Amino acid sequence: MELEKFIENFAEQFDETDASEITASTNYHDLEEWSSLVALSVIAMVDEEYDVTLKGDDIRNSKTVEDLFNLVSSRL
Amino acid sequence: MEGLNPFSLSGKSILITGASSGIGRQIALSCAEMEASLYVSGRNVNRLQDTLDSLSTHSGCHHKLLVADLTHSDEVNNLVAAVEPLDGAVLCSGIGLTLPVKFASQDKFKEVFETNFFSQVELVRLLYKAKKLKASASVVFLDSIGGTHDISAGAIVYGTSKAALLSATKYCALEFSHRLIRVNCICPGMVETPLIHRGTVTEEQLHADMMRYPLKRYGRPEDIAYMAVYLLSDAASWVTGQDFVIDGGISL
Ligand SMILES: NC(=O)c1ccc[n+]([C@@H]2O[C@H](COP(=O)([O-])OP(=O)(O)OC[C@H]3O[C@@H](n4cnc5c(N)ncnc54)[C@H](OP(=O)(O)O)[C@@H]3O)[C@@H](O)[C@H]2O)c1
Repeated sequence: MELEKFIENFAEQFDETDASEITASTNYHDLEEWSSLVALSVIAMVDEEYDVTLKGDDIRNSKTVEDLFNLVSSRL
Repeated sequence: MEGLNPFSLSGKSILITGASSGIGRQIALSCAEMEASLYVSGRNVNRLQDTLDSLSTHSGCHHKLLVADLTHSDEVNNLVAAVEPLDGAVLCSGIGLTLPVKFASQDKFKEVFETNFFSQVELVRLLYKAKKLKASASVVFLDSIGGTHDISAGAIVYGTSKAALLSATKYCALEFSHRLIRVNCICPGMVETPLIHRGTVTEEQLHADMMRYPLKRYGRPEDIAYMAVYLLSDAASWVTGQDFVIDGGISL
């Protein structure tokens, strides 16, 4: 599993936020477009792409995109 | 005074599915309290046994446990064969799923519809066809406000399965009226059971959602069970084809 591809998949869940604004160190909770629906989309994307089930708490407790990437990697 | 209380379930034989957890479990407890004899059904034997052990047994009442996965046709057939003709059936089995529309692929719909819609209608169809529902029996489906009375983001798969079930309720009610059998459904808002604590949304988010309810709390299984008892009783003998919203006012 690649970090680059994960960031790309993650960024795809946003409609107004440009992909260039999202990097490994982005604290996604701070993004203006971040919402509970985007969180649901991230959970669904991770399920579809990586076959890993994230909980709402995982999304809440992770800060950066890379944190989430590491969490998903650890459950592969 | 026995026999004079139109809300009593004394002498009635009732099948309850989904009785191993949550709302179905409480409906079983309340129906037994109201002096019905029960068949309690579910998949998990241990939890089902726990429900059975918790039922009050009034004199003349007998309770039985029937394990069945309702998405397996052989198990549904066995269930239908195992029950004596019923005065009532309450269908409480169901699963939840939270998914935005863009991830709601056909396989997700199939999985949820299998449990929440097809298996429900199939069980009632077979009970009716095999004449296992007595004349004047009452059938109650556990539906939801989702999909009809409430449209929330992430609920398309679950909501549409419940909307289909609401529609099916009305067709069954019309056709089964030939045998004076009544068919209704209950549409709860969020009720405190394992079904809403699946972890997709955090406990904090649930709490915030709960505060949106005009009556300031989520439902308790009892809130739903009392409506089921009413619909099963003779007090509801002129009530059919309806969906009863019990939701602390959230759909207002
Ligand atoms: N809780 C709510 O907020 C809420 C709101 C509106 C509507 N509802 C509806 O109310 C009903 C009961 O929900 P609940 O909250 O009590 O949920 P729950 O505590 O999760 O219980 C679900 C029940 O369904 C059974 N079940 C699931 N799949 C089954 C299958 N394939 N075959 C046989 N049984 C199966 C389970 O049996 P095992 O545990 O033995 O596997 C369990 O007894 C559901 O239809 C639900 O959609 C709930």
